[in-house]
Amino acid sequence: MATEAQAIAGDWGGGVHPYRVGHRKLGMWLFIMSDSLTFSSLLIGYAYVRASNVWPTPFRFYPSIVFSSVMTLVLLSSSLTMVMAVSASSRAQRSAARKWILATAVLGATFIVLHLFEWRHLIGEGLSPFQLPAEWVEKWPGSTPLFGATFFGITGMHMFHVFTGCIYLLVVAGRVNKLKHEDVEISGLYWHFVDLVWMFVFPMIYLLSIWPK
Amino acid sequence: MTTHAIGDDEHFAGSNRLFISVWVWLLALTGFEVFLGYIQLPLLYMLVILLGASIIKAALIVAYFMHLRFERLNLILTIVPALVIAICLLLMFFPDSFRSKALRSTGPAQAPTESR
Repeated sequence: MATEAQAIAGDWGGGVHPYRVGHRKLGMWLFIMSDSLTFSSLLIGYAYVRASNVWPTPFRFYPSIVFSSVMTLVLLSSSLTMVMAVSASSRAQRSAARKWILATAVLGATFIVLHLFEWRHLIGEGLSPFQLPAEWVEKWPGSTPLFGATFFGITGMHMFHVFTGCIYLLVVAGRVNKLKHEDVEISGLYWHFVDLVWMFVFPMIYLLSIWPK
Repeated sequence: MTTHAIGDDEHFAGSNRLFISVWVWLLALTGFEVFLGYIQLPLLYMLVILLGASIIKAALIVAYFMHLRFERLNLILTIVPALVIAICLLLMFFPDSFRSKALRSTGPAQAPTESR
């Protein structure tokens, strides 16, 4: 026992528990690694087609950019409420943790609703996965119709993650009395990762595609 | 006894004050990005500055919100370098992207005429 404890003490000791986290938490980190590669591939694929084509830059500062900035604010704030949930859970304040988790899920749902408004607006303009609105084609002649595919693909994939995250958080909030603190922390890892992805999607998709003055 | 020690002896490091200040930094960086979008710098400057700001934001989220800064060095070294290298390797396709932009016709009048 003593040698095992000593092995844990050193960073290079390895031992039986080299990472000193539970298997579930390690599993979530591995999932996050693979999901990071999924999103980086999508974003780099987007950058690839964008760099090799005439690319429309159709988002007007108002309303699109202001709207998506508010979405970013909502998602960042949901990360803060999630941190508060994990912090409360670490002090064994379970009902406070539950309230913070529910607040996080509500902010996540708000993000989805706002994003769907944004989608509806663009679809109303005539954007679809493989077709650009006529006004855009006129403004940017020869531009690729892949704009819609990358836009809906990447933001849709992200929205799907937010959606599953909301369900995950609701389950964790419902079972918070039975779960260990580390389980709450793991749901936090997932939620922060979803926020992190948006920190790349928002500038790459929106801020680099602002309608020229 | 050893398994008991896993997880149970860990205290959630970082105070609420720290987390709120990280959140304020994230908001400030986002505000800065949106401001750059408002004044509309040239695309290349935008790309470099926005990517830089996003990487800083991602690092703040991973280090403090996802708690990685307070984990063992072993875990950090397992997760971060492999991911960074794998993502950088994806960049190898870009020369082909620039090449195909040079080949592309710019409008219907200049459609390629050669037959296959």
